[in-house]
Amino acid sequence: MPEPSLPQPQEPERAIAGTGTGAGMDLAAAEAATVGSGETGRPAGRPRSLWSDAWHDLRRNPVFVLSALVICFLVVIALWPSLIAPGNPLHCDLARAQDGPSPGHPFGYDGQGCDVYTRTVHGARASVTVGVCATAGVAVLGSVLGGLAGYVGGFWDALLSRITDVFFAVPVVLGGLVLLSVVTSSTVWPVVGFLVLLGWPQISRIARGAVVTAKQHDYVQAARALGASGPRILLRHIAPNAVAPVIVVATIALGTFIALEATLSYLGVGLKPPSVSWGIQISAASPYVRNAPHALLWPAGALAVTVLAFIMLGDAVRDALDPKLR
Amino acid sequence: MLLEVRDLHVEFRTREGVAHAVNGVGYAVDAGETLAVLGESGSGKSVTAQAVMGILDTPPGRVTGGQVLFRGRDLLTLPEEERRRIRGAAIAMIFQDALSALNPVMTVGDQLAEMFTVHRGLSRRAARAKAVELMERVRIPAAAQRVRDFPHQFSGGMRQRIMIAMALALEPDLIIADEPTTALDVTVQAQVMDLLADLRREYGMGLILITHDLGVVADVADRIAVMYAGRIVEQAPVHELYKRPAHPYTRGLLDSVPRLDRKGRDLYAIKGLPPSLLRIPPGCAFHPRCPMARDVCRTDVPPLYEVSPTRGSACHFWRECLDGSAGA
Repeated sequence: MPEPSLPQPQEPERAIAGTGTGAGMDLAAAEAATVGSGETGRPAGRPRSLWSDAWHDLRRNPVFVLSALVICFLVVIALWPSLIAPGNPLHCDLARAQDGPSPGHPFGYDGQGCDVYTRTVHGARASVTVGVCATAGVAVLGSVLGGLAGYVGGFWDALLSRITDVFFAVPVVLGGLVLLSVVTSSTVWPVVGFLVLLGWPQISRIARGAVVTAKQHDYVQAARALGASGPRILLRHIAPNAVAPVIVVATIALGTFIALEATLSYLGVGLKPPSVSWGIQISAASPYVRNAPHALLWPAGALAVTVLAFIMLGDAVRDALDPKLR
Repeated sequence: MLLEVRDLHVEFRTREGVAHAVNGVGYAVDAGETLAVLGESGSGKSVTAQAVMGILDTPPGRVTGGQVLFRGRDLLTLPEEERRRIRGAAIAMIFQDALSALNPVMTVGDQLAEMFTVHRGLSRRAARAKAVELMERVRIPAAAQRVRDFPHQFSGGMRQRIMIAMALALEPDLIIADEPTTALDVTVQAQVMDLLADLRREYGMGLILITHDLGVVADVADRIAVMYAGRIVEQAPVHELYKRPAHPYTRGLLDSVPRLDRKGRDLYAIKGLPPSLLRIPPGCAFHPRCPMARDVCRTDVPPLYEVSPTRGSACHFWRECLDGSAGA
């Protein structure tokens, strides 16, 4: 059966509508025809949900395809950097400091004589880890707190709103300088923790708004009237209708978090050597930028492309999930 | 008596003050009976239903008094968990606009099946089979295929049938239908009403039909309760009320229905507007618009006078109104 969806069920009603007058019949036929032609543009078969609809749009969006490819590549080299850069990023030879590109070392050497190519490739891991973990933390914490506040309302909602206001008032870089300067660990986790701490209010505000909107819909009241419990209403009826804006903001935030990690590392409070990260590379290369610009340009370029890819992905996802915003 | 609402009071606290949405409503429905609750927007008919179902938005809404007796038990005093088990299983509700009352991101099959998994603990597969069965019951063609469709893929009439199927799912004793046909085309309205009436007979349920459409009521209802400003102003068996209304408001409503035998003449309209629920007039709430209003109407709230053992009217001058109706 090619088109099991729209036209079929309307036939009985239309038929009755048409029996009275000839004009009614023509009208029904014309309407059925327009419905039919509208349908032909779509692939026949399974009906489409919001998500399959969004996926359908995304696959045809070159911005999405390009940014998704960049991100896939990035994730692969973050997981297995040795695939394309078998060298040791911590192996440096001071004798070759600031040297230009040479065979086997396409990006040249930095101020410490370390291979820029190897370090740039290995630096992706820190950026992707920070971006993904911070986003996951922010998304979970923010949507749980924001969602609950929006659903419960009243006092707790007001309390949460004031708390988010406090967090919004904290300048990220200043907060990072103060909080992270006391941390001695050289792993990514303090940075992730800091970004989650300052990032969740943004998601929580979005999630709260989405839940408050979804809560007012008739189908939520209908679910209540048919005996669904509170948690069930929240998880089955409200959450799926409120999750789209959270996904969009989280995707865009991922790029921002990667840039923030680089910023904090550049300032010396994010990742610290001997960790390998783009921010550390940029920081280390900046004093010699006149003599060895390549040591700065490659990691900076990698950072820019990565952030751009995530922001473009977020934009594409937003367009697909909420065409009204386009 | 299946359901008896006694002296129900509901108010809403708003920024502008307290809105008295329901002021002492009482009605009763027996098994197998259809009660139509008739009234304009803001007369409190939907709020009464929401209070009965226990789905009033609180805050701002609040039940401030009265009883809702379902099979003799006062629902208002039951703990929430017990009320939840009654909702959907023993008392179900049909909403006005099925497009907004169905979850847009769930297939209709999943939404129907949810009734069985929530209340009966059925497996997903068994629940799905029940869903198809229900869709067939409400006469949806090709139910087995359409069970995987989303609400937006159905026409308005079909969606309302799905709403009805959801309400019927657990074979409740009472269904409250809140303007079930208002959002539909006139031709589809009749089909949906017929379906509802058929199913009510078949299952032997009680039905509370909330509507502002006098035409819908005449064919299916056994009794009518007319509401105005949060009160019942007249209650009567349907044919008696149509023949001889005992309240000037009811008479005004009946006179404002377009009729073929009065073609070409001006359509009667009740003058004025329904009162703001924030400032309900003292005495009889209808007095500023009533053609028969006298001094007593401005000061004394009329009780629901017994017109006959089956009829009641909240008008000080119901006798006059009844006689006037007979003459007209």
